[in-house]
Amino acid sequence: MSQRIKFYQTGTLTVGNRLLDAKDRTVQATLDRGNSLTSGHRACQGCGEALGARYVVDAAMRWADNRVVAVNATGCLEVFSTPYPESSWQVPWIHSLFGNAPAVATGVRAALRAKGRTDVKVLAQGGDGGTVDIGFGCLSGMFERNDDVLYVCYDNEAYMNTGVQRSSRTPPAARTATTPPVGNSSGNVFGQGKNAALIAMAHNIPYVATASVADLHDLEEKVTKAMGIDGARYIHVHVPCPLGWGSPPHDTIRLARLAVETGLFALFEAEDGEVSDVTHIRRRLPVEEYLKPQRRFAHLFRPQTDADAIGQIQSIADRNIEKFGLIGRNG
Amino acid sequence: MVSAAEMLSVAAFIEGDHAQAFPSFGSERMGAPVVAFCRIDDKEIRLREPVMSPDALIVQDSTLLHQVDLFSGLDTRGYLLINTRRSYQDLGLGDYVTRFPPHHICTVAATEWAREFVGRPFPNAALLGAFAAVTYRVKLESVEAAIRRRFPGKLGEDNAAAAAKAYDSIRTN
Amino acid sequence: MLKQIEGSFAVAEAIALCRPEVICAYPITPQTHIVERLSELVRTGDVGNCQYINVESEFAALSVAIGASAAGARAYTATSSQGLLFMAEAVYNASGLGLPIVMTIGNRAIGAPINIWNDHSDSMALRDAGWIQLYAETNQDAVDLHIQAFRLAEQLSVPVMVCEDGFILTHACEQVDMPDSEQVDSYLPPFEPVQVLDPAEPITMGAMVGPEAFTEVRYLAHHKHLRAIEVIPELSTEFEHIFGRNTGGLIEPYRSEDAETVIVALGSVVGTIKDVVDEMRDEGVSLGAVKVVSFRPFPLLALREALQNAKRVIVVEKCLADGLGGIVVGSVRMSLRGTSTPVYTIIAGLGGRAITKKSLRRAFNEAVADRLEDPHFLDLDWKVIDHELARSQEKRRSGPIAENILRELGLVGGKPV
Repeated sequence: MSQRIKFYQTGTLTVGNRLLDAKDRTVQATLDRGNSLTSGHRACQGCGEALGARYVVDAAMRWADNRVVAVNATGCLEVFSTPYPESSWQVPWIHSLFGNAPAVATGVRAALRAKGRTDVKVLAQGGDGGTVDIGFGCLSGMFERNDDVLYVCYDNEAYMNTGVQRSSRTPPAARTATTPPVGNSSGNVFGQGKNAALIAMAHNIPYVATASVADLHDLEEKVTKAMGIDGARYIHVHVPCPLGWGSPPHDTIRLARLAVETGLFALFEAEDGEVSDVTHIRRRLPVEEYLKPQRRFAHLFRPQTDADAIGQIQSIADRNIEKFGLIGRNG
Repeated sequence: MVSAAEMLSVAAFIEGDHAQAFPSFGSERMGAPVVAFCRIDDKEIRLREPVMSPDALIVQDSTLLHQVDLFSGLDTRGYLLINTRRSYQDLGLGDYVTRFPPHHICTVAATEWAREFVGRPFPNAALLGAFAAVTYRVKLESVEAAIRRRFPGKLGEDNAAAAAKAYDSIRTN
Repeated sequence: MLKQIEGSFAVAEAIALCRPEVICAYPITPQTHIVERLSELVRTGDVGNCQYINVESEFAALSVAIGASAAGARAYTATSSQGLLFMAEAVYNASGLGLPIVMTIGNRAIGAPINIWNDHSDSMALRDAGWIQLYAETNQDAVDLHIQAFRLAEQLSVPVMVCEDGFILTHACEQVDMPDSEQVDSYLPPFEPVQVLDPAEPITMGAMVGPEAFTEVRYLAHHKHLRAIEVIPELSTEFEHIFGRNTGGLIEPYRSEDAETVIVALGSVVGTIKDVVDEMRDEGVSLGAVKVVSFRPFPLLALREALQNAKRVIVVEKCLADGLGGIVVGSVRMSLRGTSTPVYTIIAGLGGRAITKKSLRRAFNEAVADRLEDPHFLDLDWKVIDHELARSQEKRRSGPIAENILRELGLVGGKPV
């Protein structure tokens, strides 16, 4: 009688870690983990940003042999990690303002260079509000000068720290505190979107990537690759937010994966302004699969299905799939 | 004009005087009408008001003569230099200048000399040479030194030559 | 060495002598010549090991300086007017983090209406942002105060603004005794930060502080400024020993000891006021002046002492609190708490209007006769005011005030003012 395989990660198509080679396993608690963002912080259960940041900073620290200075924009990550006198950061870390993390990072870099400390790497990070909205001018400046900084944006698609208000990364139709679906309104407007990674690429900086907490190895690899490159680098990480999205904490990874598999969040890398690699969708799913589990989209399904809105969101996914070639030749 | 005032202040500085040169501040735009001032004194200059009643007035662009009240505050014991090939009569100032001592007024074809000596129509150096000749307030050598300090190399030499030419043309007349 | 030099260039050369390690530059009139000259000096190697960063906004300029200072570098930037307001959030942040950045303010009015000329509206708007503010009367002051500013900033770990009047000083070419590098090096030791982002010793900077500790943090910032009241005169004395010039200090009295009427002012207008004092003294008017060098911290006691024999005080200031009057005068009155000395305010030089000896004399004479209204707007054109007020009474849609006034004055069409 054959043994029944136990699936540790449910709701996904991957089997448990134990079927993988040791080097490919996602092990969260080995002793050699850096834990640069150590436990005990105040993030919500299931916080995608905390998970993403931990993998990003650890990977960066590993690459740089712990010689990293981190700069943080105001936001959830900043607030939950530093309820002083407690601090989760095992790395020299500075928070200045909401909209200036890229510039502060440039300053740190300049100081280190003036002091001959080019061995120390500079990592800047912020949420989508701090990065794509209020900090965008500084970010663009940092890109344009090709300052030697790795900037990582943790995109949870709204201003979560202030209680879930719309950002320019909030998807169409999503409910936020400032885009309530009331009357004929179906939540956030259907605009043209703001793809920060593509805008970063338009600066022709050496490395741009999108990543997701759905694939932490891919995230680590992209950070590691970025750390080995000089100049301005940008990684845009999709991080579900149970609070803001209205999803159960245990669904964070599942939702992140659904965003990828529906084509709503494209995973790619770009070098010197050109897309160099794309993560193909293994099994393409309709956007309803992604939208349905999230309360921020509940009004699209109740009291009746808003086929028009869902259709428009599907066409966004379709456009992404076509634009980035997300379906492989055999897909 | 701003650099003329500055060079004049440097000439005075070279002679051990205190000098303060400043523009009548405006946008950084070429061709805009500009007024610049220079005060010279043998003691520290603390005053920061614009020059209200100049002892000497240098008009670099004579086309401004009838657009702006250039002469307000100019004392009849003062000095008046205008960059022009024309005479005061031709400029319509024949009557006006009779109130000045004759050796206090002078027209200078500074732009022409600049073209001749420097190859460009920048009349500052020649005007400063003329200023030195007419007012006796600074020496030609100081003006030349100030010009060389401002424009090192050949450009400075050429400008200094234009200043000397203007100076000589007045002193020998 | 004595030099005949434009103010901005003199300041740039003084900054270079202070060996900043990071300079952040963004252009705004009338400060721009300073960062332009510094870009040259950095490229020619005159600043030593220095990173010169061209940024995309004033907000970024100060933010880069914040990062640099936190990483242990001596950081410098310069701005004016709208630029200072655009970086306002970072201005508070730099002082809140206790980062000893030095910033030059080429003082300029704030719009609207847009105006590039000098007054003190910009730095006064940020007067309580936790920075020390020193005001220069001359370009010699500006040079010397910058050198003292780095020392002061780094000694107390607090940022310092050196304010110099835009155009009037920045664009004035005058005599400045430029220090040499040996002098500056002996006065200004290398920057030894009290906090630094260092992988060998990781610290967290910029954490959130709640009600349980915020007041204490703020008090300690206040305490730094109180310390500065003591340190500023000490640094001035030490400066004099090395450079041979008595620059700086909290205040500088001028013939005020026995004066019945004392004028208090800051910035370049003090020079003009000194000339007026001399002239009116010659005419028998008992007049003196006190220059305020350090506006933040405000030298309450030193000024009180300097004004103790005055029968009346006149504050001449280049800024305005709408509906209230002066800004500087509030601090001057605070220093005179408990006395009955009358204090007059003269609002002058707004948006670059020339402050003339003639107008000052007229106003001072009125004050001496105790006839001056408070606040008094120097050379205000009441005819224009009355016309515009009448116009606005005539109809609701009376139009934009600034443009109406220009039309009335016949200044529309680019005629030079």
